[in-house]
Amino acid sequence: MSQNIQTFTSDEPIVRYKNITKSFGEHTVLKELDLDILPGEKVALIGPSGSGKTTIARLLMTLESPTSGTIEVDGEMLWHMHKRGRLISANEKHLHRVRSKIGMVFQHFNLFPHMTILRNVTEALIHVLKIPKAEANHRALEILERVGLRDHTNHYPSQLSGGQKQRVAIARALVMQPRIMLFDEVTSALDPELVGEVLDVIKAIASEGDMTMILITHEMDFARDVADRIIFTDGGVIVEQGTPAELFENPKSARLQSFLSRFMKGQPDRSADDRVAAGTE
Amino acid sequence: MDWLSLDLLPPLLKGLKITLLLTVISIVVAFCFALLAGLGRLSRFAIVRAIMSTYVEIFRGTSLLIQLFWIYFALPMLLDVRLSAMTAAVIALGLNYGAYGSEVVRSSILAVPKGQIEASTALNMTPYQRMRRVIFPQAWVMMLPGFGNLQIELLKGTSLVYLITLADVTYQGMTLRSFDISRTPAILAWLLILYFIASYTLTLIVRLSERKVVKGRG
Ligand SMILES: Nc1ncnc2c1ncn2[C@@H]1O[C@H](COP(=O)(O)OP(=O)(O)O)[C@@H](O)[C@H]1O
Ligand SMILES: [Mg+2]
Repeated sequence: MSQNIQTFTSDEPIVRYKNITKSFGEHTVLKELDLDILPGEKVALIGPSGSGKTTIARLLMTLESPTSGTIEVDGEMLWHMHKRGRLISANEKHLHRVRSKIGMVFQHFNLFPHMTILRNVTEALIHVLKIPKAEANHRALEILERVGLRDHTNHYPSQLSGGQKQRVAIARALVMQPRIMLFDEVTSALDPELVGEVLDVIKAIASEGDMTMILITHEMDFARDVADRIIFTDGGVIVEQGTPAELFENPKSARLQSFLSRFMKGQPDRSADDRVAAGTE
Repeated sequence: MDWLSLDLLPPLLKGLKITLLLTVISIVVAFCFALLAGLGRLSRFAIVRAIMSTYVEIFRGTSLLIQLFWIYFALPMLLDVRLSAMTAAVIALGLNYGAYGSEVVRSSILAVPKGQIEASTALNMTPYQRMRRVIFPQAWVMMLPGFGNLQIELLKGTSLVYLITLADVTYQGMTLRSFDISRTPAILAWLLILYFIASYTLTLIVRLSERKVVKGRG
C-alpha cells in the first residue's frame, strides 16, 4: 500500500512526547510516555477502552495539561515556554501560537449547532485566521466539495446524518490547514452503514501525503490501510509498536495478542451507548 | 356604569405609566448585572468570582424591601448623596433581580456541552472568541425562559416602591383608598386587572421573542 513508499522529509520529529505522565487525582492514566512522530507520518493508536489513547490526543490538542513531562511540536515546547532562561508553564498566547499547527476531529463531531454547515467551516477561518469572508467562503466550499457536502452548505448540523456531520467536522478541521491532525475514534459513534463514507474521506486526505495524522481507531482494516505505524497502548503505556504488518501478523506481547483476538470477534467500542450519545448533539 | 368605577382609572393609569417605565429600565439594569455577575462567577480569576458571589448571595439572601430602604434611606445618610426615589428603585430592583438573573446566565453557560468548548479550542479560537461565538449564542437560547420569568417577577416586585413614595400604580391605589375607604374593593380590583394585563403582555412578548430566536436554528 501507499504508505510503504512514503518517504519522510526530515528525521526531526514534528511531535515529541517526552516522559509524559498524566493523572486525574489519584488515577494515573499515562505513565512516563515517550513518543516521537515524524512529519507526514500516519500513526494509528489502538488499544482497549480506557488505555489512555484519547488522553494522548487531548494533551497535544491542549485540552488537557500534562501532570509532568514535556511535549514538543515542530521543535517547540507546547506546554512550557522560556522566560529569562527558565522553563515556565505556557500562557494562553503561547498555546495559541503552537496550537495553530494542530487540528482535531472528535468522536461526537462537536459541530456548532447554531451555525449552518458553511459557517461551521468558515467561522475560524474568518475570526482566527482573519481571512476575508469571500475568500473564506470560497475555501470552505472547496473543502465541502471534497468531502461530498457541497449541497448542504445552508443546512444546520441537526439536519444531517451522523456520517455527514463527521465529514463536516473533518472539513472544518481541514480548512485550517493544520500540519498535524488528530482523529479520535471518528467512526465509533456512527451507525455501521455510515462508517465507510467517513473512512474514505480520511483515506483520501492521508493519500495526499504531507499532513501528519494521528488516528485513534478500532477499525483494524482501516488502520492497516492508512497507517505507517501502529501503536498499541494498554494501561497508560505503549506496549508495542511497529508497521501494520509487524503488529497484525506477528504480535509479540501477550496483551496485544489477546486484544487482537478479542477484537476480531466483535467491535467493543461501537456500543449502543455511543450511538445514544451521538444523537444528543 | 357606576359599578365599573371608571373614574378611578385616570389616576391609576398615571401610576401604571410609572410602573411600566420603572419595569423597563430596571429590566435593562438587571440584565446588565445578571450578565456581569453570571460571567464573573465563571471567571478564571478567583478574586472576580469571590466578589460576584458575594454580591449575589447578599442580594438573594435579603429581602427586596430592605434593600430598597437601604438604598433610599440609609445609603444617602452614610454617603451623603441624594437619590431620587426612581433612581433608588432602579438600583434596588436592578441589583436584586440581577442577582437572580446571574444564576440563569451561569447555569445556561454551564449547560452548553463541553465538546463545544473543545471544538472551538481545537480551531484555535481565543477564550473570548469561544465565549462570544460558540458558547454564549447557545447559552442565550437557554437563558430566555428564565429571564422571562424574572421579568414578570420584577414587574410585580415594583409594587414595593410605593413604600419609598414613588407614585406607581400601587401608590395611586393606596392614595385613592385613603380618600374613600369604602371603595377599597373597586380600587384593588383595578390593581389586579392592571397588573395582570401588564404581566400577561410581558409574557406574550417573551414568548414571541423566544420563538424568533429558536426559529431557523435547526
Ligand atoms: N477528565 C477525566 N477525569 C478523570 N478521569 C479521566 C478523565 N478523562 C479520562 N479519564 C480516565 O482516564 C483513563 C483513560 O481514558 P482515555 O484516554 O479516554 O482512554 P481511551 O481513549 O483509550 O479509551 C480512563 O480510565 C478514564 O476514565
Ligand atoms: Mg477514547
